[in-house]
Amino acid sequence: MTSIVPKEQSSESKKELSTEEHEDFRLFGLIAFLIADGMTFAGFFAAYLTFKAVNPLGPDAIYELELPLPTLNTVLLLVSSFTFHRAGKFLEKNEAKQCQKWLLITGALGLAFLISQMFEYFTLPFGLTDNLYASTFYALTGFHGLHVTLGSIMIMIIWWQTRIPSGRVNNENKFPFEAVELYWHFVDGIWVVLFIILYLL
Amino acid sequence: MTISLKPSNSPPEKLQPSGWLKYLSFSLDHKVIGLQYLVCGFLFYLIGGSLAGAIRVELISPLSDFMPREVYNQVLTLHGTIMIFLWIVPVVNGAFGNYLIPFYVGARDMAFPRLNAVAFWLIPPSGLMLITSYFINGAAQSGWTAYPPLSITTPAAGQIIWILSVLLLGGSSIFGGINFIATILKLRRPGLKLMQLPMYCWAMLGTSILVVLSTPVLAGTLILLSFDIVAHTGFFNPSLGGNVIVYQHLFWFYSHPAVYIMVLPAFGLVSEILPIHSRKPLFGYTTMVFSIMGIVVLGLVVWAHHMFTSGTPPWMRLFFTIATAFIAVPTGIKFFNWVATLWGGKISLNAAMLFSCGFIINFVLGGITGVALAQVPFDVHVHDTYFVVAHFHYIVYGGSVFVIFSSIYHWFPKFTGKMLNENLGRFHFIITFIGFNLCFAPQHWLGLNGMPRRVAEYDPQFQIINQISSVGALLMALSTLPFLWNILQSILFGDDAGDNPWNALTPEWLTSSPPPVENWEGEAPLVLEPYGYGEKDSNNT
Repeated sequence: MTSIVPKEQSSESKKELSTEEHEDFRLFGLIAFLIADGMTFAGFFAAYLTFKAVNPLGPDAIYELELPLPTLNTVLLLVSSFTFHRAGKFLEKNEAKQCQKWLLITGALGLAFLISQMFEYFTLPFGLTDNLYASTFYALTGFHGLHVTLGSIMIMIIWWQTRIPSGRVNNENKFPFEAVELYWHFVDGIWVVLFIILYLL
Repeated sequence: MTISLKPSNSPPEKLQPSGWLKYLSFSLDHKVIGLQYLVCGFLFYLIGGSLAGAIRVELISPLSDFMPREVYNQVLTLHGTIMIFLWIVPVVNGAFGNYLIPFYVGARDMAFPRLNAVAFWLIPPSGLMLITSYFINGAAQSGWTAYPPLSITTPAAGQIIWILSVLLLGGSSIFGGINFIATILKLRRPGLKLMQLPMYCWAMLGTSILVVLSTPVLAGTLILLSFDIVAHTGFFNPSLGGNVIVYQHLFWFYSHPAVYIMVLPAFGLVSEILPIHSRKPLFGYTTMVFSIMGIVVLGLVVWAHHMFTSGTPPWMRLFFTIATAFIAVPTGIKFFNWVATLWGGKISLNAAMLFSCGFIINFVLGGITGVALAQVPFDVHVHDTYFVVAHFHYIVYGGSVFVIFSSIYHWFPKFTGKMLNENLGRFHFIITFIGFNLCFAPQHWLGLNGMPRRVAEYDPQFQIINQISSVGALLMALSTLPFLWNILQSILFGDDAGDNPWNALTPEWLTSSPPPVENWEGEAPLVLEPYGYGEKDSNNT
């Protein structure tokens, strides 16, 4: 662990020293935030499972989910995690062009997920207020979709910032890239849990 | 990879406000942010206290004659929400945490200074939003718990503003919690081990873990509740097939830990104050640490003891009764540790010490009623009566607020470089202590005899006791005056405090008062034994 307290204490000399002396714990902070975010989802999941266990649907309520589209969505997101990882490998090797290409693919996969999700919304036989399960379904997938939307926007920002020569994200300043990547993997992981709980159970 | 402490794009020094103006700015200095939290929280305390006064005035007579019932509901909702989310949580966590934690870990600022400033500046707007909802369309009427279907059927505008405001405050709390965890675990001065930290760090670490794990659940729940109100979904609306019990479970999954979020930092602050003013080391440091962590773990699995009358199945009642009884063990350990710290010490009965002792007494009383409430047969009898009100106020006022005052008396010399008047402080303590006990002790009796809470009218047989309680409330209100006068005259004409008026060993006293911007002129001191008091005169133990 590197030292946290600068060796030179006068305020003039601190500025240049501080860049060498302070450990970066922004990723640590992000992980703490993602744990908090995960707890929001955990609350939603707990609510959904409890509804399932104790609140039977009325006889005329419609709540049916088709599997093909969400399975495609799962594949899209899982592949996008790999492409993001791949982009990271190229960033480490300082190959910005390749990195940008894979980031663009990742962003496109995120966008494809959102379009596919919208398509599912419009073809489902139930609406937001139709019944309890329908409401919970839209709340959960919608909250996740919001995360994917934010993630896709951030991927596009990262893609723009890895451009040569004036981009701000590169091998030396990797934190924005790592942060978005971690966030993206988190969103993918949540989707897998969501897919299992909402569609498979 | 490393990171610079000062953001490279912050405005130059001469463009940043100085003097008192910096307390109105987006300052990144943890000490400025700490005092911002404290003063802002105290202003909200005065507002919340006025609302409490209105409640006690209404309850002087059995009829609802001081204000209409709807207004009474709004007043009690605003009182609870303001006192919890805008006074106690921000002050015991944000104010003292921000001011003290960087000193205690030997750092020059918090881990994420800008996030810190954002977390503070979320509070004033959401507080103002909450209060103005009263004047625009009527505030929320469903109490600080916002139980559906009550919160769905009462007027929507006030309830939605309440939800938005609590969401923002929850966000502020989560940002603060992340910052504290990162500061305590990652920003420690090299050579300082976790088990050498002052106890308040441990309390804040435990509290922040609770904040990060439980607050998001409340946020998600309130989002679902707002859907019920705005989009007419039926998550918690039984007439649309929803389930109100799920709301209660999710709500209390946050709001039971919220009690620990309010009281654990207070435990930490008391553990700092007692050793200094009794000149003895803190008794049982290790047991103290483990009991804090025990409270954190157990605090997450006791929430359903708030729901014993919600049709809870027997196995759940059994589990949550036992878990709640268990939590009395670590709490009891802490209590005995404080008493043992005082035992045989050279106690100076100054205002800080008096308020801390008052805290110990009140907290034991509140703890005993808490253990009683955990027992299902008793709880079913007194649920939703004034007994619960009395218990809760013994914990949060007799507990947390007494500690806040104790801490203000203790750290005011550090904040300002001026001493407070001790005699005025002792006077403040005596009125507060008498007023508080006069106000809330009789409410136990009211609850045991069946007076329900949150109702503007009551059976005339309770009138005398309610009037006694209201006299206590008047004393509590008056007790603010000597305190404010004390603060004012000390800032203007107070004696100079010097760097270390209490001869304390914890790191915040090893710098000037008030401390310089980067906390220490030279290198941060390495304090390995923050409680090494009484070594020279140890024959008195």
